[in-house]
Amino acid sequence: MPKLDKRAADALIWALLLTAPFWLTHVGGYVELGSRVLIYALAAMALNFLLGYTGVLSFGHAAYFGLGAYGTALTIKLLYPSTPLGMLVGIVVGTAAAAIIGPMIARLRGVYFAMCTIAFGQVFYFIAFQWFSLTHGDDGVSAWHRMPIDLGFATLDILENNKSFYYFVLAVFAASVGAMAFLLRSPFGRTLLAIRENERRARFLGIPVDRHIWMSWVISCFFVSIAGTLYALLNDFVDPRAIRWDQSGNFVIMAVLGGMRSFWGPLIGAAIFIVLQDYLSSQTANWMSFVGLFFVLVVLFFPRGVLGLVQRKTVS
Amino acid sequence: MSLLQIEHVSRLFGSLIAVNDVSMTVEAGELRAVIGPNGAGKTTFFNLISGFLTPSSGRITFDGEDITNLLPARRVWRGIARTFQVTEVFPELSVRENLRIPVEVASGFRVRPWLSREDNEKVGARVSTLLEMGGLSNKADRLVGELAHGDQRATEITMALALNPRLLLLDEPTAGMGDQETYEIIQLIRRLHKDNKLTIVLIEHDMRVVFHLADRIMVLDQGKFLAEGTPQEIAANEAVQTAYLGQAA
Repeated sequence: MPKLDKRAADALIWALLLTAPFWLTHVGGYVELGSRVLIYALAAMALNFLLGYTGVLSFGHAAYFGLGAYGTALTIKLLYPSTPLGMLVGIVVGTAAAAIIGPMIARLRGVYFAMCTIAFGQVFYFIAFQWFSLTHGDDGVSAWHRMPIDLGFATLDILENNKSFYYFVLAVFAASVGAMAFLLRSPFGRTLLAIRENERRARFLGIPVDRHIWMSWVISCFFVSIAGTLYALLNDFVDPRAIRWDQSGNFVIMAVLGGMRSFWGPLIGAAIFIVLQDYLSSQTANWMSFVGLFFVLVVLFFPRGVLGLVQRKTVS
Repeated sequence: MSLLQIEHVSRLFGSLIAVNDVSMTVEAGELRAVIGPNGAGKTTFFNLISGFLTPSSGRITFDGEDITNLLPARRVWRGIARTFQVTEVFPELSVRENLRIPVEVASGFRVRPWLSREDNEKVGARVSTLLEMGGLSNKADRLVGELAHGDQRATEITMALALNPRLLLLDEPTAGMGDQETYEIIQLIRRLHKDNKLTIVLIEHDMRVVFHLADRIMVLDQGKFLAEGTPQEIAANEAVQTAYLGQAA
């Protein structure tokens, strides 16, 4: 795609996101739906840092998403009622877990890597499920809520005002996505592309491939745990579904649906997924079958995802 | 001191002895060819030098340092670069990006999250020089996957050069090429050897290429050392004629 078109697309996306709370209600949506799309989009884009730009498929990102969410919820509920502190704890816990697990899986490739990420992910699911005294198991962590953020000169009321919360989420989203885009354009980011394109060549150009995959994994999990903290804040609640393997599957579906070779693809995928879920789940309990069918059709006919199709059209 | 010294290396795959007690010494500035009939163990021998495989026994020293069991990336950092028999490039990236990656790795920018303007200009200038050297300037912004086979091969060799190697290993650089392309690659290798004084070890099937280019030739047969010498000596060697040249005639 020509540079100008790319800039125009970026501008359009940011304009839509910035104005979403005002137009969403006119098209049958609501503000929380916008926040949810952004949170899942951040998770899917974080996954895509690893999947689309390093060429490594993780099926266990829900673990670090869930650790971020649980870390935030438990901190606010049990330690100190502060939104930033809760987020910080959630992000540190999620990223630290990924950093420790990383070396054990960074040597694996393909389906072996995916299977091991599921296995490690499920470990955290069972901990969240079984450690009743701390997590209340299946009942989840409730009876807490996000706290207004004191900025010093003003207070950001993310609790009562859902537009404020949306813009808070958007700010975190923008900072995270900007950081990822920045990294992908760096020399480090290019080594990841090299690994995706041809691992053998990368190795024999002097890139220590396993170490770079570990770094990409930790960065990806860092951003997915940020999404997890926002998820806890959005719902004022966390239960083990946030951390379960099918959540990881949802992130993969979003990334592939939207197009994992394009930067904004996972955002489009998340938007489609969340809106379909929101609409269909009010019509039928079997909404996932329809999402699944849609996913299969996209993979069959547009293997590069919805955005891949749009890009091909603009080229030709 | 010799640049590369290989002492009695062997490599076993199960009960198959792919490389059997082979020694070789390469001096700085030399262009050495390794030849032999199919299944002679040339590529395995190459893989042992570049670190794709490690020897079952024996010792490899590079510039006085034992590298026998070093990982490939660490050998690259010490100055050994290689190409592959089947071209290995980054097909969905442009030629420029293909060259930029090794230039950045060789400059120690591998984990940099950003480059200063000065560093960025240095990298850009080096990439331009390399594009020129590989005859790729007019294709710089094309995707490598879309280029002709010869240009892909030229890209791969230039990527290896981007690492500023002290030893360049070329695995059948003219494999699968037409006459014109073969000629161009030979010219490129000759320039690198004569003008840049680069030490090169290459495996080659095409005898015209070998006898044109090499200072010295080593012949392998069924994993074993058969002969070594100048092109004239090898052409006159009876054992070689029986094992290899004779077979081809």
